[in-house]
Amino acid sequence: MRATPQELVERVLALSTLDGCAVIVRDVSRADLRWARTTLTTNGESTALDITVISFSRSATGTATASIGRAAPDLSDLSALVSAAESAARDAQDADDAFPLVAGGVIDPAWNEAAEPTSGGIFGSLAQRLGEAFASNTAIEHFGYAEHVSTTTWLGTSTGIRRRFVQPEGRLEMTGKSDNRSRSSWWGAATTDFTDVDPAVGATYLEKSLGWQARRIEIAPGRHDAILTPSAVGDLMVDLWWSAAGRDATEGRSVFSRAGGGTRIGDRIGIPGVTLSSDPNEPGMPSADFMVTGSTSSFASVFDNGMPLPRVDWITDGVLSNLITTRQFADDSGLPLAAPADVVRMQIDSGSGSLEDLVSRSAQGLLVTCLWYNRLVDPQTLLLTGLTRDGVYVVRDGEIVGAAGNFRFNDSPVAILQRITDSTATARTMPREFGDYANRVAMPALAVSDFHFSTASEAL
Amino acid sequence: MPQEISPEFLALPREECANAALQRAGELGAEYADLRVVMTRSASLRMRDAIVEGATDDASTGMSVRILWQGCWGFAASDVINVAEAVKLAEKAVALARISAPLVTIRVDLAHEPVHTGSWVSTLEIDPFDVSAADRVAVLAERSAALLAAPGVNHADAGLQFVRESTFFASAAGTRITQQRTRIEAEWSATHVSDSGFETMATTAPPVSRGWEYVLGRGETLRGARPWDWSAEIAQLPQHLAEKVAAPSVIPGPTTLVIDPTNLWLTIHESVGHATELDRALGYEANYAGTSFATPEKLGTFQYGSPLMHIVGDRTAAFGLASTGWDDEGVAAQEWDLVRDGVLVGYQLDRSMAGEMRLPRSNGCAYADSAEHVAIQRMPNVSLMPGAQDTSLEDLIGGVDDGLYIVGDRSWSIDMQRYNFQFTGQRFHRIKSGRLAGQVKDVAYQSRTPDFWGSMVAIGGPATYLLGGALNCGKGQPGQVAPVSHGCPAAVFEGVNVLNSAAEAGA
Repeated sequence: MRATPQELVERVLALSTLDGCAVIVRDVSRADLRWARTTLTTNGESTALDITVISFSRSATGTATASIGRAAPDLSDLSALVSAAESAARDAQDADDAFPLVAGGVIDPAWNEAAEPTSGGIFGSLAQRLGEAFASNTAIEHFGYAEHVSTTTWLGTSTGIRRRFVQPEGRLEMTGKSDNRSRSSWWGAATTDFTDVDPAVGATYLEKSLGWQARRIEIAPGRHDAILTPSAVGDLMVDLWWSAAGRDATEGRSVFSRAGGGTRIGDRIGIPGVTLSSDPNEPGMPSADFMVTGSTSSFASVFDNGMPLPRVDWITDGVLSNLITTRQFADDSGLPLAAPADVVRMQIDSGSGSLEDLVSRSAQGLLVTCLWYNRLVDPQTLLLTGLTRDGVYVVRDGEIVGAAGNFRFNDSPVAILQRITDSTATARTMPREFGDYANRVAMPALAVSDFHFSTASEAL
Repeated sequence: MPQEISPEFLALPREECANAALQRAGELGAEYADLRVVMTRSASLRMRDAIVEGATDDASTGMSVRILWQGCWGFAASDVINVAEAVKLAEKAVALARISAPLVTIRVDLAHEPVHTGSWVSTLEIDPFDVSAADRVAVLAERSAALLAAPGVNHADAGLQFVRESTFFASAAGTRITQQRTRIEAEWSATHVSDSGFETMATTAPPVSRGWEYVLGRGETLRGARPWDWSAEIAQLPQHLAEKVAAPSVIPGPTTLVIDPTNLWLTIHESVGHATELDRALGYEANYAGTSFATPEKLGTFQYGSPLMHIVGDRTAAFGLASTGWDDEGVAAQEWDLVRDGVLVGYQLDRSMAGEMRLPRSNGCAYADSAEHVAIQRMPNVSLMPGAQDTSLEDLIGGVDDGLYIVGDRSWSIDMQRYNFQFTGQRFHRIKSGRLAGQVKDVAYQSRTPDFWGSMVAIGGPATYLLGGALNCGKGQPGQVAPVSHGCPAAVFEGVNVLNSAAEAGA
């Protein structure tokens, strides 16, 4: 019989002899289903339990820390684990991010509850509905993936914090190819529990969009007006969000550094009405409202484990309003404390309607289905490169009139914020590139002027 | 010297689990079954301005059973390792296959592989897990401090990571294999900040399958796998950085490039490595990683590049990150041609890809990054062979009247069919009349794979050959990470499109 997560946490805290301890136990369960060439290729279910012990060691000069993570922990392993973490903490340098541990007193009502695992059952009739979708149009070759992961996290600290959170997350992705693979389209959706995603909707979109690709219109590379779907916007804005470390900016090595010193907080970086925020209570996609981290980085500090994560606005009405800080760095730098919940939302006050509405009110532009292989070219401007993928549609007078080829883009999500000419309402989306890592993303579709379609790609 | 296989791993009831699970799978009608047990230890250390920012020390253990039932895969994994769990996994895997079978239209057919038994371990001199945290920190801090002491260096970052992967593979046919691989990577970078912006210059040492001795600058030299002279590179880094800060912005346009192996390995990885994965070429990765322009009907005829181009796939290179004794389907390590005399002649295979192509045998490219994930076709070491002549880097640069010499990798991106790519680097030296003439900055080179390899006009000799590589190659859904090495000489490419990244960013 395995020890319960709560027993593991309490035993580690009881064994701890140093000046502080935080324990994270995670139960991760996954179910997935993958298909290609209209046949199921792989599927699986897995479960895993792991523990991270973070020890803190105070001395006359400061506080040092060390963390050790182990899978499949058992009560009998914990003594050795705690002494290893404590010994490593005693030997460690004083930590730059040292700060008093978060004060206790918060015990989740659900603390004593068990993990909430997922299984293939969460997909319900998905396999059957996929089969129906495959059969509905055999001229389309299907490829795709469905995944559901449920992570239950328990965080306990020597200061009395006991927090538990269950994070279910999933996605359904469908690629359709036709006409000897000369046409290719993609549809994807992020979900919490699969009750709100329907492969029939995906299949209908694939059929319709592959039809748009019947007419090929040659468009030369260059700067063109673009209509970016929420998925494409999501990938760009997630990259921006992940580049928003306050320490990097303060040190002069970020797109958010001010020339001559300091950060660009307070600068207008986007058109009026743009808000980029992280709110753990985002409707429909809740995330943990407390910090859990096994190691320190520019984005998080082990000293902040258990810290509440209220909503943070990174951009408010087009003005850079926050950069990511830890408590120690906020204290040291004078920047506001701003730690991100695992969710990001962009909203534009003037945005209205759906993607179809945005297309219908656009005089011209290239509608980009999604972006792929996005990588940082120049951190000074946050210049990214990447590819358009699975459909670039030519819009004229509010109608999709055909499809262009793919392009490599070279553009910056920061620069794009100033070139937004129209936008839709915000809705949850699945960023194609970063959807593995960023599941809770809500974005508008954007019309952007002079998007830099740098070179042509003949990839289909 | 070969390392000891982790006693903790050897203590796991591997054989008992295998016997029980494989028998149960057979009883339930599976026509194929395998079991893997994987124990992974990993550690990392990141340092900012000679102070530890974060460190990790993780271990995971897991077991999985994969079966074929009427041509359909079933897979189940757990982190509990005992006989009862093994039996449960076999039952779960068969049950999943039975549920999934109605969705299967292409039955899986595995190419034959003889039964193997044995063990294999990578070589190292000092096990990094035996080095104390204090000693690891000391080496990273000392070299960071050396950078910080140099004029013009405002910040110094350092990173270290190493992994030990112990695996057991058993198949119903009787294969029983125990293996262990250790890999390590270290990097230092220096950053200059001024009112006009910031520039960074990083070391260019590749990750390798070695031990802590690699970080100390020691180790054996074998066919392009060399110990790294950290002291020399770190001593030069501030000067390289200062030159870059003061460098003029590049003039874009078609340019002759001499590409150092520290940069060219990544171009090989993206434009040849991924393009010659048969599962991609057939469409199995179309929803995620993408497909390939190098489709099977082109095998044996497609002109991939210039006749100088000879690319070999192997799982045998000394200190190679993808080197092993057997792959994760129990197929023995091999070496074969992918591109010969510039023509596409081979693919990377696992047993099902080989079966689908009616090939007699897999070439051993199955890998799973943990027990939790199913083995898929992953990249072997994919390397560009050096020229037969003893052409030196100086000879190559000496032959260029006007061009750029590119050193170190940085940014990379390539399209989903592996045609259009764009790469940057650590530094870009102008070549004028056969000599280096200072750095330029804001360089990205962009090309189309067959055009790029077709433009390769000269290639360095064995002395310029270096085994580069990466620990973080991504593929598959759920996503998996694989380590892989790429050896190559320095080489010369004519008329490659050079972009100015500052101009690309400008509105």
